Amino acid sequence: MKKAMFAAAILLTMVGVAAAGSNITIKGSDTLVRLGQRWAEEYMKKNKDVAIQVSGGGTGTGIAALLNGSTDVCQASRDMKDKEYKLAEEKAIKPYRISVALDGIAVFLHQNNPVTELSFAQLKGIYTGAITNWKEVGGNDARIILYGRENNSGTYAFFKEEVLTEEDYSEYTQTLPGTAAVVNAIAKDEHGIGYGGIAWATGVKFAAVRKTDKDRAVLPSIKTVSDGAYPISRDLYWFFNGKPTGGLKKMVNWALSEEGQKIAELMDYVPLPKEQAAANIIQ
Amino acid sequence: MFLFRKNKRRPISFNNSLVPGLTPPHTSGGSSLQALLLFRIENSNMKRLAFKPKSKFRESLGAKFIALNAFIALIAILLIFVFIFKEALPIFSDKDIRSEAGLDRMINKQVYYEGREAKWSWQPNSEVPKYSLYPLFLGTIKAALIAMLFAIPLGVGAAIYSAEFATPRFREIVKPIVELLAAIPSVVLGFFALMILATFLQDILGLPFRLNALNAGIALGLAVIPIVFTIAEDAMTSVPRSLRDAAVALGANPWQVSLTMVLPAAIPGISAGIVLGFGRAIGETMIVLMASGNAAIISASFLDSARTFSATIAAELAEVVFGDTHYTVLFFIGSLLFVLTFLINLSGDLILVRLKTRFQGKIK
Amino acid sequence: MMTHDAMTATEQPSAQGRLDFRRKTRGTIPRGLAFLAVMVVFALLTIILGSIILGGFGTISWEFITHPPEQGMEAGGIFPAIFGTVALVFLMIIAAVPVGVFTAIYLQEYTRPDSLGTRLIRVAVNNLAGVPSIVFGLFGLGFFIAFIGGGIDAVFFPAQGPVWGQPAIIWAALTLALLTLPVVIVSTEEALRTIPRELKEASLALGGTKLQTIRRITIPQATPGILTGAILAVSRGAGEVAPIMFTGAAYYLPYLPTKLNDQFMELGYHIYVMATQSPDVEATKPILYGTVLVLMILTVALNSVAILIRSRMRKRRVQV
Repeated sequence: MKKAMFAAAILLTMVGVAAAGSNITIKGSDTLVRLGQRWAEEYMKKNKDVAIQVSGGGTGTGIAALLNGSTDVCQASRDMKDKEYKLAEEKAIKPYRISVALDGIAVFLHQNNPVTELSFAQLKGIYTGAITNWKEVGGNDARIILYGRENNSGTYAFFKEEVLTEEDYSEYTQTLPGTAAVVNAIAKDEHGIGYGGIAWATGVKFAAVRKTDKDRAVLPSIKTVSDGAYPISRDLYWFFNGKPTGGLKKMVNWALSEEGQKIAELMDYVPLPKEQAAANIIQ
Repeated sequence: MFLFRKNKRRPISFNNSLVPGLTPPHTSGGSSLQALLLFRIENSNMKRLAFKPKSKFRESLGAKFIALNAFIALIAILLIFVFIFKEALPIFSDKDIRSEAGLDRMINKQVYYEGREAKWSWQPNSEVPKYSLYPLFLGTIKAALIAMLFAIPLGVGAAIYSAEFATPRFREIVKPIVELLAAIPSVVLGFFALMILATFLQDILGLPFRLNALNAGIALGLAVIPIVFTIAEDAMTSVPRSLRDAAVALGANPWQVSLTMVLPAAIPGISAGIVLGFGRAIGETMIVLMASGNAAIISASFLDSARTFSATIAAELAEVVFGDTHYTVLFFIGSLLFVLTFLINLSGDLILVRLKTRFQGKIK
Repeated sequence: MMTHDAMTATEQPSAQGRLDFRRKTRGTIPRGLAFLAVMVVFALLTIILGSIILGGFGTISWEFITHPPEQGMEAGGIFPAIFGTVALVFLMIIAAVPVGVFTAIYLQEYTRPDSLGTRLIRVAVNNLAGVPSIVFGLFGLGFFIAFIGGGIDAVFFPAQGPVWGQPAIIWAALTLALLTLPVVIVSTEEALRTIPRELKEASLALGGTKLQTIRRITIPQATPGILTGAILAVSRGAGEVAPIMFTGAAYYLPYLPTKLNDQFMELGYHIYVMATQSPDVEATKPILYGTVLVLMILTVALNSVAILIRSRMRKRRVQV
């Protein structure tokens, strides 16, 4: 009997109503999750009464959470699709989109791979399964091993839209749950090819990418993404339900400020050009 | 003995006020033994045996409460059934969902783009969503088969050694060690397969894909070995001594005893172990999620990556919006898994029950 | 007599062929193969445990266990994950053990073995044990979060965003409780069977009602088995990841779960996310191995204790 009452007492101290306002939930893109976590850490240091929790799971997860109402901020490495905007309407959610940083999707190759540059056409051929051997693109005679992301990833979707022009990935693409896993896999696989945000590459090398055969092949870097020279560039977004106010607004404006953008650069993300950042700040 | 009544249902009370401290002078004649007992009880530490009278109402309330708890397991399994199937129902009932992912679309080859051949494909996030279940089914079976190929020889072999050949002391070492294998969480086995086993296999076999069905299958097998071992070993040790003794009496040596008496008698048990192990292999999630490469490929090779039902649910559930087509399809896959494992486990249990009946003449 | 029953129960072996034991095949090859199987299993176990211990040993320290993670999981410790696992399992036990014990008592004390109720419950328990863990996760999402949590929200908190209808430690704990219920039931039943009938009969003879007998004799006597069941349930619950992935586990939380509707960090989930999604694999490798080692120590230690208790309990049964 006593044990039961003791247990009940502990339980009761845990029962509470969710506090409103001082907890911010950020969910979504795995590309953005590192930045989101770092921003959260730094922001909480300055604002001790705010608790921010950050989790990844892919852009699709974040959008789903936004539509299900279970997150305040959705981190996304792609824009919402028309289908998703429509669904939001049905669920009475008003997605409000802000660019918070830029990103380039790099093509990763193993350090020993002799191939150094690839065109969009070649990339498309490789990832749809039309090109299967490295020698077809100037490399060794070996089968190309494809690494990609799970289908809930914004990176997956963006790469599909931009490079594959909405063709399907080859079913032989090994689906990995995060860019880090992709990098990790390529680092161990001489014949592998992968794609992911440029903020992640350790132990692998980038392929210089050219959009058409007429363009120069460009290696991804903060500079080339920022000035648009690198052809696979994108905005990284935060989505809210309606224009953010109060604590959320304060946090977003801080992320867009010089301080916030500097942190982004520190984390190897590409900060927004100053004018764009200033324009995005919520009044 | 007048201390016991044959009918256990009615509690016996030969003295209505069994209050501690009250010496029993009023006990009826012939119960001096009872008196002595009560006297001893009161004056000893066995106070818990001094019962206060309780009301019948409390008694029946207690019984009902216990019964209610007992049925929670039954209610739970029914609820699982209901809720999983309920979320999967729109596959059949909702027009829009049915057109995208109805049974036909999930089972048969589809022509997804004009002018291209029909094929099976699982690509739910696409301009044209593709929901064929066949690649996932193939992946599930592949991983489970490899797991069984790996686990059956090891599990049954170890069980045979433990039950038939090992000295009692060695048996006491073998059983806990195999049960230790069962104690390893599946996420740890998945981790092991992802980090260590995959590299090992790739180095030895020179595989193109580092994460593949073989990798996941072996790790799955590790999880299944304890199940096969425990049930098979149980089956062999439950063979009645009389059978063994009869063989010995006829001049058999230990191996002949095993071969002619124990193994044939234990075959149902060993089969049950294999069946239940297979059920586990089909349903296991974390190991395949981390170790199989998660590519929905249709191929016969075990060295290709594979994508299983359970890993698909785990990988994609986070990104579905409640109620949309993808969500419904995932719950449909969940229902499929539920039914499959239900049937597999049911047959395993039936075999075990028949085995027990045969040896004990009644249902235990 | 047993012999007669056994011989009629199994098929009669064909007389001359199989029962002719004069040709002595010693069975060295089968014996050798079986022994090989045992050795391979031992070796595999050693490799797995060994690699984890070697990889993670250097990371374990007092700081590791008591500090939160820092620098995006590249430094610091895993205290929140340990805390979350403990809290989760604690809630799970509160839910699973009473229900499991009462179920076992009902099956043993209140019904006859072949009654319809017993058989239904047994089928249910066996099937509950066989349900894949991801299906439990789906159930947790569809029933606890969407239906019950959503229902609570609709009735008590209609204006706000989700309060109970979202991933929370209570829903994850309840989902795990369902998953481990069969473990508790089976263990408790095994213990109940070891209680000599005479003890219970003596209690009834002395005037105890059934409930009193259960409360004062049966349950205390069955305590080793209940304990075993609880420990095995804890070990299983701490290791399962699929059921909690969508019902409450999170990768990085700046707070510890203190309310029933908080999310939580958890060891197994942490391992999964770190192993597959961590940004800098080389930097987080030590922490990853360390976390795996901590989880392993936890589950192995718990299982060993449970096995010890159970074997002592079985020995007692033999004596009676």
